[in-house]
Amino acid sequence: MILKVDGIEFSYNSHPVLSNISFEVNRGEILSILGNNGAGKTTLLKCISRILKPVRGVVFVDGKSLSDISATEIARKISYVPQRQDVSRFTVFDTVLLGRKPYIRWDVSKKDLLIVEEILDRLGLKTLALKYLDQLSGGELQKVSIARALAQDPEILLLDEPTNNLDLKNQIEAIRIIRDITRSGNIASIVVIHDLNLAMRFSDKFLLLKENTIFAYGDMEVMTPENISSVYGVKVTVEKINGIPVVIPLEDVLL
Amino acid sequence: MLNTWEKYLEYTRTKIIIIIIISLLIFLISIYAINAGSSGLSVREVLMTLLGRGDNRTNIIVWNIRLPRVLSAIVAGIGLSIAGCVTQTILRNPLASPFTLGISQGAAFGVALAVTILGTDAIHSTSIDAAMVNNPYLTTLCAFIGAMSATMIIMALSKRGRVSPESMVLAGVAISSLFSAMTTVVQYFADELDVSAMVFWTFGDMGRANWRDLKIMTLVVLLSGIYFLINRWNYNALAGGEEMAKSLGVPVERLRVISMFIASLVTSVIVSFLGVIGFICLVGPHIAKRLVGSDHRFLISGSIAIGGVLLLLADTFARTIIAPVVLPVGAVTSFIGAPLFLYLLTKGYKR
Repeated sequence: MILKVDGIEFSYNSHPVLSNISFEVNRGEILSILGNNGAGKTTLLKCISRILKPVRGVVFVDGKSLSDISATEIARKISYVPQRQDVSRFTVFDTVLLGRKPYIRWDVSKKDLLIVEEILDRLGLKTLALKYLDQLSGGELQKVSIARALAQDPEILLLDEPTNNLDLKNQIEAIRIIRDITRSGNIASIVVIHDLNLAMRFSDKFLLLKENTIFAYGDMEVMTPENISSVYGVKVTVEKINGIPVVIPLEDVLL
Repeated sequence: MLNTWEKYLEYTRTKIIIIIIISLLIFLISIYAINAGSSGLSVREVLMTLLGRGDNRTNIIVWNIRLPRVLSAIVAGIGLSIAGCVTQTILRNPLASPFTLGISQGAAFGVALAVTILGTDAIHSTSIDAAMVNNPYLTTLCAFIGAMSATMIIMALSKRGRVSPESMVLAGVAISSLFSAMTTVVQYFADELDVSAMVFWTFGDMGRANWRDLKIMTLVVLLSGIYFLINRWNYNALAGGEEMAKSLGVPVERLRVISMFIASLVTSVIVSFLGVIGFICLVGPHIAKRLVGSDHRFLISGSIAIGGVLLLLADTFARTIIAPVVLPVGAVTSFIGAPLFLYLLTKGYKR
């Protein structure tokens, strides 16, 4: 097991956001964090990446507590893809190279450049390398963001709504990339996602958050209509179409 | 067929060449600037004097008058430009600069107090130069204290995110108005010669700095430039967003506080010695961004080069356009800077 989260608690100005969160993720596994808006999903990702410091609890990576290692050291182990990246006058290559920052002492080495080259190639971004970010489409931008995270050569990849604002084709492509790098790189990925159908198709594990704590945690077995209905407050059924599980809300939207 | 990384290296090399060309431009304009003026020196005489082979007359003109002035313009231009560049990045606002945060108004208030209360009073005379405040060091010190008090207000506001970086510029508007109001009150009760001394101080003037002032400015600009350059990767990460920077291991809060302080300090020192010189810290980094992009490995050096060129050009223009009258350089930079800034805005790009 590469990541172990043990009893995380977090609060904003004494207003509790997360309480008693514990789970584990193995190498080569994808965990989806599901739950309503405001359930604390993003906060949980930020606590794992140490963008926020949890009030209580410990995050272990490879058996080491994150509070014992430096921010640069953490950046070499965990990379975080935020919901939105700010677009400024940087080229795609510049941005992906930024992922090498935790390894760069004074200047970029040839190794850094070659790693960036390889990642751009893998994600099909080579032709865009010298384009500015503000010239890219949403799907391309998301890929660049993932490429930057990969350049950090992480053991754990955290993604906050990686398929948001993407069209169907780009959603599938983004998910394929995440799945592929998780398997081939033998790393652990944790994804916050709203699209339950998509989540069920690529995740190995699910963490259902409700009212700031874990409601259910486990593999496909926890994705029952009862659990989902209870977490989202909407009656649903889970059907299989062509062998693919699909969540169908049963409530009438035209009340 | 080149690999992508080789193409990238070529692309960054272009940036370096652009920066080198602009830096060479500073050197050429300097020669012209030392040469230009009412005493009719030739380029040859200037170069010989700089090499230590001048006669008495050229020595005085070049070493005591022209050279400190030219170097002040370059150093101040560099300082203002890098301060603006870093402030824009850490506050993530293209309008942010130490000036828009109220530092010059703070300095002006300090001078107003110095002139009226501490009695660095004006000499009674009708000529503009004689209305110059007569204890320059006390005035400089008060200007510095005024500027730093504005800085302290900014630091206090930004501490622990009381005011978000994005709204800091709005806080700056408030701080500026506050200091302007206090200056107005002091001016209202001051006699007219004191008022003219205060107003005269706010016209930035490169001729105020002597060698000692220049040394202090150079040291401050140099040290802050080194700090900014060391943190160039951190600024790059911050340009991509605060969360991304944190996830890359950047100590965002600490970086912001220290950078903010240093940028304000550089600006305070320059303003205290030379008076108010607007727009360099806003336009300098914007032009640099246009030429070399947002990558701080090149943007900081680019801002250095552009800042030096801009202020040197402005000062030379101010001295020569209706010679022997020397226009206030602050007015010239705003004259050139404001339309240029508007032009850059209409060309439209983000940050």
